[in-house]
Amino acid sequence: MTDSKYFTTTKKGEIFELKAELNSDKKEKKKEAVKKVIASMTVGKDVSALFPDVVNCMQTDNLELKKLVYLYLMNYAKSQPDMAIMAVNTFVKDCEDPNPLIRALAVRTMGCIRVDKITEYLCEPLRKCLKDEDPYVRKTAAVCVAKLHDINAQLVEDQGFLDTLKDLISDSNPMVVANAVAALSEIAESHPNSNLLDLNPQTINKLLTALNECTEWGQIFILDCLANYTPRDDRESQSICERVTPRLSHANSAVVLSAVKVLMKFMEMLPKDLDYYGTLLKKLAPPLVTLLSAEPELQYVALRNINLIVQRRPEILKHEMKVFFVKYNDPIYVKLEKLDIMIRLASQANIAQVLAELKEYATEVDVDFVRKAVRAIGRCAIKVEQSAERCVSTLLDLIQTKVNYVVQEAIVVIKDIFRKYPNKYESVIATLCENLDSLDEPEARAAMIWIVGEYAERIDNADELLESFLEGFHDESTQVQLQLLTAIVKLFLKKPTETQELVQQVLSLATQDSDNPDLRDRGYIYWRLLSTDPVAAKEVVLAEKPLISEETDLIEPTLLEELICHIGTLASVYHKPPSAFVEGSRGVQHKRLPGSTLTPSHRRPVLSALPVDNLFFFVCSSTIQLGGDIGGNPAMGAAFGAAPATMPASFNAPGSGGLDDLFDLGGGVGMPMGALNPPKAVWLPAMKAKGLEISGVFVRRAGVIQMEMTLTNKAMSVMTDFAIQFNRNSFGLAPAGPLQILTPLSPNQSIEPLNNLQVAVKNNIDVFYFSCQYPISMLFVEDGKMERQVFLATWKDIPNDNESQFQIKDCHLNSDAASNKLQSSNIFTIAKRTVEGQDMLYQSMKLTNGIWVLAELRVQAGNPNYTISLKCRAPEVSQCVFQNYEAVLKN
Amino acid sequence: MIHSLFLINHSGDIFLEKHWKSVISRSVCDYFFEAKEKAAEPENVAPVLQTPHHYLITIYRGKLFFLSVVQTEAPPLFVIEFLHRVADIFQDYFGECSESVIKDNVVTVYELLEEMLDNGFPLATESNVLKEMIRPPTILRSVVNTLTGTWSNVGDTLPTGQLSNIPWRRAGVKYTNNEAYFDVIEEIDAIVDKSGTTVCAEIQGVIEACVRLTGMPDLTLSFMNPRLLDDVSFHPCVRFKRWESERALSFIPPDGNFTLMNYHVSSQNLVALPVYVKQSISFFDSGPCGRLDITVGPKQTMGKTVEALMVTIHMPKAVLSANLTATQGSYTYDLATKVLVWDIGKLNPQKLPNLKGSLSLQAGAPKPEDNPSLNIDLKIQQMAISGLKVSRLEMFGEKYKPFKGVKYLTKAGKFQVRT
Repeated sequence: MTDSKYFTTTKKGEIFELKAELNSDKKEKKKEAVKKVIASMTVGKDVSALFPDVVNCMQTDNLELKKLVYLYLMNYAKSQPDMAIMAVNTFVKDCEDPNPLIRALAVRTMGCIRVDKITEYLCEPLRKCLKDEDPYVRKTAAVCVAKLHDINAQLVEDQGFLDTLKDLISDSNPMVVANAVAALSEIAESHPNSNLLDLNPQTINKLLTALNECTEWGQIFILDCLANYTPRDDRESQSICERVTPRLSHANSAVVLSAVKVLMKFMEMLPKDLDYYGTLLKKLAPPLVTLLSAEPELQYVALRNINLIVQRRPEILKHEMKVFFVKYNDPIYVKLEKLDIMIRLASQANIAQVLAELKEYATEVDVDFVRKAVRAIGRCAIKVEQSAERCVSTLLDLIQTKVNYVVQEAIVVIKDIFRKYPNKYESVIATLCENLDSLDEPEARAAMIWIVGEYAERIDNADELLESFLEGFHDESTQVQLQLLTAIVKLFLKKPTETQELVQQVLSLATQDSDNPDLRDRGYIYWRLLSTDPVAAKEVVLAEKPLISEETDLIEPTLLEELICHIGTLASVYHKPPSAFVEGSRGVQHKRLPGSTLTPSHRRPVLSALPVDNLFFFVCSSTIQLGGDIGGNPAMGAAFGAAPATMPASFNAPGSGGLDDLFDLGGGVGMPMGALNPPKAVWLPAMKAKGLEISGVFVRRAGVIQMEMTLTNKAMSVMTDFAIQFNRNSFGLAPAGPLQILTPLSPNQSIEPLNNLQVAVKNNIDVFYFSCQYPISMLFVEDGKMERQVFLATWKDIPNDNESQFQIKDCHLNSDAASNKLQSSNIFTIAKRTVEGQDMLYQSMKLTNGIWVLAELRVQAGNPNYTISLKCRAPEVSQCVFQNYEAVLKN
Repeated sequence: MIHSLFLINHSGDIFLEKHWKSVISRSVCDYFFEAKEKAAEPENVAPVLQTPHHYLITIYRGKLFFLSVVQTEAPPLFVIEFLHRVADIFQDYFGECSESVIKDNVVTVYELLEEMLDNGFPLATESNVLKEMIRPPTILRSVVNTLTGTWSNVGDTLPTGQLSNIPWRRAGVKYTNNEAYFDVIEEIDAIVDKSGTTVCAEIQGVIEACVRLTGMPDLTLSFMNPRLLDDVSFHPCVRFKRWESERALSFIPPDGNFTLMNYHVSSQNLVALPVYVKQSISFFDSGPCGRLDITVGPKQTMGKTVEALMVTIHMPKAVLSANLTATQGSYTYDLATKVLVWDIGKLNPQKLPNLKGSLSLQAGAPKPEDNPSLNIDLKIQQMAISGLKVSRLEMFGEKYKPFKGVKYLTKAGKFQVRT
């Protein structure tokens, strides 16, 4: 008899029939009926109507029947919460059953019923089960805590289950330890800063002991947990490594990879001259190779991780090149990964073999794979200098095949080879030019145009070739258009006499007929250059370019370090930090390797993969206007002022002298210096934002608050699609008026200052969050001068509780100078009184949202300490205002 | 951890779903179907897919996709290993892992899945333990069941093995015939280039064990030449310390069939290929035809016969038909898949098998760019190509004398000859 019959019953009245069977007296009939119900459930039929009847079957001694009913309950309890309560009693009873299997089953099932009302009843049985004498029950209960946390986190914390769970890490049974670690790790994921897995040498020791004795899955949990620990010194590090290495011989590949993660991380702490360090390196290779003989899905994940490992420590696998050779029936995703690793491992010693393989691959059927193989040949040439010549001749052979996509890929990589070894292989240009007509992909066209422009003096008909591209200028992609513009300008500088017409044509196409700002701007730049100073133009455009290196396609070291800490996880498969894509884990801490010595100077300069001439380091300044409407509350939202006048873009090209001066005319034009103009501070370090560094400053100019930001791209790729947004903040978007929000926030309590601004910047890669503080003086509006009478009345009107006094020390200005200085920050002096040699200045200022701040500044001649009393209806701002006084007066 | 599992058949129907946490709608599989559409072959669907809210981790086994849904950062290898384990368990329980068999045993399957994973954490994945809790269906029991109607396939004992230090072995094992058999199976993975030079060659070895011994036997298996093995991975039962110090496998075995160890031999000089292949496949520029000539001969067989020899060639798309003569065995050419299979059988060293003849191409089609690769299949009984030999098996802890046996077998794994 088979169960397939359960799939076939679709006749009418089926539910009715089942109901009758469920209520039958015969045990067997009941069980058969429950089976039918379960089968219907698994194929997605709705059998929830039978809920009460099925629950009635729960009170039974027959374990199978009980299990089946539990299965049913887990599925439908959510939709029938009231009915589910009926089952609670049986659960509670089962949790006290003499048979530990039943106790465990009951507590396990209860945790799976995601109904709030049931969870309340669950707490007591769970507490008992966590302390059960039987380890099988304890380990089941440990997982149940994680389930409960998922349903109601607060309840778990209130009931103290987390502490019990932490105690279980010291349990005598390794299985219980493993499950407790697993449960804690899962809970910790939703509380990144909770310190749930507080690791110290004692707990580490317990984990290492449990590691040897628990199941393979438990080993994975424990190893992943160990990887988060930072050993105190190299001796502890070594002893952990020693105890973890046996895991490398485990049959379960996930155990192996988790062990590799622990070793890769802790190895950082070992001194390199230690014998053990060398032994460990040797031990790492065989298990990684073995992973490649597993099923293709496992191979894929392993290869993605090996890719990271060889970037960090190429020495581990340097003799294992052959295992990465591609077999024709490997799945395509395995082939592409293997290829990538082959290049990373390519060296002078093995390059002949690698090239022979790559050439073989280039004749395969799969287009994606062939393309990548051709590209790989180019990368070999760039990486291993001795092989360059052989690579070039291999590429030429491939071009001879005339297979369209092979030719195009070959041209793209030959361009890179030219960049790496200038004046060496230009003899092949003639062959390349023969294939001009067959190029239909933008990247290949752009590469070819670049070659023609760069070597215009050696190509007799360069002008004709470029002119032929110009005909369809507007149909080309931006990449090709930009390249064509540059190439023709180069050509003109090299052969000015015969190409004047051509250059004028392309400049007008770029500047007048194009909507693309990049193209237009570059066109204008060239135009201005050429018209003002052709000699300088020549120096700039035809400047010697820096050589490219193979490092371009390596992962950024900061990111690599983080990814090494995440070996074996999804992050390692996607080569992105977990914070970039795992939902709901914005608070994920960035892991670093212990003893990391990475400083900014170690970071590589940014190289663009495509030779956009002289455009290697791109800095963009932009001014954001804040709250354009003075005193108006709503608009703290900001827009990027992309107007060219306020966007001095400086192209900082290494090795091309005249460039920096050239753009100086753009910097700071039309920007009157504000009274207070502090230097820009780094708000968002590049490390936190995948290479985007943001520094900035707030200024107030002509009644407008401005946030000036410098965005620097320190990553390897181009960033686009920038957008910015501010979080709700004290003086900005507060629909109910700022005061209501502020009331609970007195300066002492608040963690964040009032003038804290949380900003989100988005680009094509991700959204980044950072916060910065703006000087409150920005908010002082120009009409902040109060009438004398109003001042007096207001001063009296504001209760004395709202008055605060501050001391400003070491200020050596007289009262008039102080008054002038303050005035430029929109703090206005209304009256001055001199009493017993003490100058009293009465001042007022008004914030954008209409809050008035009144001040009394006492200055005594000869005494460098000023006293200031501030009165305001919103006393929270006093502290900020005082700080501003201090800043202005001392500046 | 693992949230849900969907079983999907070849044609893209979801025929079973199981959720360990809250229910996730089937529509999440649409992302997978999209990727499946894009990949021409089902083998080429990437195993890890990202969707806006979930990750889909898939394996392809026995023409079925096992698709698991993961919501948080989970080690993908963990998930993939687990999915393979699920497939293994189905295989073990039902003899095969196919849609019809899973549907036939849907309740058992459901119980198994429930027992294997709790809240996404693996619970019991050892077949020994599972069989104690959920008995596999057998013909005998089905008969008894239909006659008496009293059978239950859920055990009511506590799976004691789960708690002991040896979770892989069930307690109270009893046999009248005590026996322990070991199969040393080696697969040759090799790439040979068109001139006959070995580009790379390695041996994937595995020792499969079938141990039916009463009580708690403690076994020690030692080798004549353990130095061959520098890259090994063991079943959890093997004591690693003993291996490190004595190069012997010491273990308390699970009951029944299991994989004792895997090993890997890759040093080029140790890997001898058992056969050589002389081939030429060429297409002519003029006229729609090509020629094929293949000869297979023995190389390193240590006096053993090469059996079940078979050559498979994936021809270029343009090849319409093949008109060949084989001196031994028979050949078939599948027009639809463009696969030429030459089944040779036993290799006779005196009279080398040869396949020769012409290939006809589609009229007007250009000369194929890609050269087909040859895939070689073979078997050699009673020989491990690496030369690995078991010296003896000792048993401690029990009094009786078991039957012991070791078999060797060499097979071709991914053995490819480029043309």
